[in-house]
Amino acid sequence: MFSRAYKTAVTLPPLVWVTAFLLMPYLLMFCYSFWSVSASQTIVHSWNLDNYRQLLQVDVYWQTLLRSMWIAARVTIFSLLLGYPLAYFLSFYAGKRKDLLYQFVIIPLWVSYLVRAYAWKTILGSEGVLNTLLQYAHLTRHPLEFLLYSPFAVVLTLTHIYTPFAFLPIYAALEHIPRNLVEASHDLGATPRQTFWKVIFPLSIPGVVAGATFAFVLSLGDFLAPLLLGGPSGIMISNIVVSLFGAAYNWPLGAAISLCMLLLVLGLLFCSERLEKKWSFS
Amino acid sequence: MGTKLESGVVGSEEEAGSRAPLLSIRSVAKSFGRNIVLRNISLDVSEGEFLTILGESGSGKTTLLRIIAGFESASAGEVWMGNERLDRQPPYQRRVNTVFQNYALFPHLTVEENVAYGLRVSKRPDAEVLTRVSEALSKVKMSAHAKSKPAKISGGQQQRVALARALVNRPRLLLLDEPLSALDANLRRQMQVELKSLQREVGISFIFVTHDQEEAMVMSDRIALLRSGELEQVATPREIYGRPATAYAAQFIGHTNLLKCEVKDGIARCLPLMWITKVPEGPALFSLRPENIRLATGNVGIVGTVRVRGRVCQQAFHGATELIRVECGNGLVLAVRIAGRDAEAAPMGEIELEFSSSDAVPVRESPDRI
Repeated sequence: MFSRAYKTAVTLPPLVWVTAFLLMPYLLMFCYSFWSVSASQTIVHSWNLDNYRQLLQVDVYWQTLLRSMWIAARVTIFSLLLGYPLAYFLSFYAGKRKDLLYQFVIIPLWVSYLVRAYAWKTILGSEGVLNTLLQYAHLTRHPLEFLLYSPFAVVLTLTHIYTPFAFLPIYAALEHIPRNLVEASHDLGATPRQTFWKVIFPLSIPGVVAGATFAFVLSLGDFLAPLLLGGPSGIMISNIVVSLFGAAYNWPLGAAISLCMLLLVLGLLFCSERLEKKWSFS
Repeated sequence: MGTKLESGVVGSEEEAGSRAPLLSIRSVAKSFGRNIVLRNISLDVSEGEFLTILGESGSGKTTLLRIIAGFESASAGEVWMGNERLDRQPPYQRRVNTVFQNYALFPHLTVEENVAYGLRVSKRPDAEVLTRVSEALSKVKMSAHAKSKPAKISGGQQQRVALARALVNRPRLLLLDEPLSALDANLRRQMQVELKSLQREVGISFIFVTHDQEEAMVMSDRIALLRSGELEQVATPREIYGRPATAYAAQFIGHTNLLKCEVKDGIARCLPLMWITKVPEGPALFSLRPENIRLATGNVGIVGTVRVRGRVCQQAFHGATELIRVECGNGLVLAVRIAGRDAEAAPMGEIELEFSSSDAVPVRESPDRI
């Protein structure tokens, strides 16, 4: 339908863009991960596996990676627990208010990430809204320390930030379910509860998988929330990468960790796509 | 308790069932906001009957079906099944099953699982589910596809699965919402016959919704003709065709000539036609089917036969028959259906036609409704 020249003209710019700003940096990172830093703080271009060895042998690296995954997993679960009922309510019961409520879910995405993270700081801090309220109500005598600068704060903030990302694909999947399937289920004698578990939920699984993937991948790579609210016990793997590329000046090790994360995420995306395909019937 | 006594009780219930209607729709009305969809519908369906609700799109036929199934609630009126008030029960408690317009098969379940759905949710024992499902599938000739997903089978096959899924629950009443409209013409005719014989076989009452008058005629025991939310006529196909109650019924079911007459002194006049009638004095409307008009034969002056001369102005070939339009003067144009071979034999210029005055059926005017 279109001429060859036209096709080339429209595909070339994005191709160049992706190559220059995505593939090349990754390739560079790949190379860095096999290099090392000399005592005089210069990059030595000698190929070896030292960085990967270090990653496995030094406790703080793999422990932080595991902790990050555990934080991301909790964020994923809480986002789904919040996002699914919300999406279900909106899709099936909101009626005319559907569009308005949908906007309310979207609006927080327009607010800067930093503002939302700082908001939690003012809520959770020792002089913050929550502690003041608890003490005012005589429920606690001293400010609760675990509220801020803890994994708890990180999980809470990330859940708040990434719930819309879990919500959106679930909502889309629920909206896609033909309503006559729900009617057919009722017609065949299934109660609303049976209809949910036998028809609605199975058909929304692709959305749940996509939402879970979003929440997990995004929170796994997050570094601002742990930086602002995590404290020493709440740091995540990205904070280590940031410091390795910054103050610590160990780009090769930083690159090795990044590459591991990249592989982890790619593996996850691959699995989630397989799962989504398995559960989609169009 | 003795078996004899029990069977006696069951017998008397069945007798009562055959006398009282299975389903009774009483003065049902429905409006969505200001939009009135149904007004004052009363209709009985008896045990084992094949009733068709026939109407154009927007006549409210699907809404009526959805009220019976429980997907819509009536704004007024009641629906009874035997001595149970149906319209207060949620759809999953009604012993009514529906075959949906586009089948609504569960895409994530196999054919077999789809059919088993109703039995599974009512927690029937496994052995019973298996035998009833395989019975139902063989009844609709779908046993070979038991393990397929709905997306892998054709429209006609999906249709059968939807039918099996509903019938396996042994409902007292099956509702079918234009189930054949998505099929191509040949398959559709085949399914009409199959559906009809299946209904005879299982003996369940069917309420079948369609906009296709031919389909309604072929399949139904009775037709309920719906127009703009009101019942126009409820009768057997023969009766509704031969004795349409209204001008709308006459025109919607089959083809007809509507003759606007003036009755005076027991004679209906629609110049140049005239015949003796018992219709009261004043303006009257008659329906005269094209196939009841024939080319005049030799004998003149038979009592009750009306003759008229005219000029053929249009001819349409329909295979076995031919539809011709004849100008009879005074602005009157009659549609006449004659056998194809007569059309070939007859000189097609000036012709003489005749019909029996008893074939001109008086009909009520159908008032315009909004």
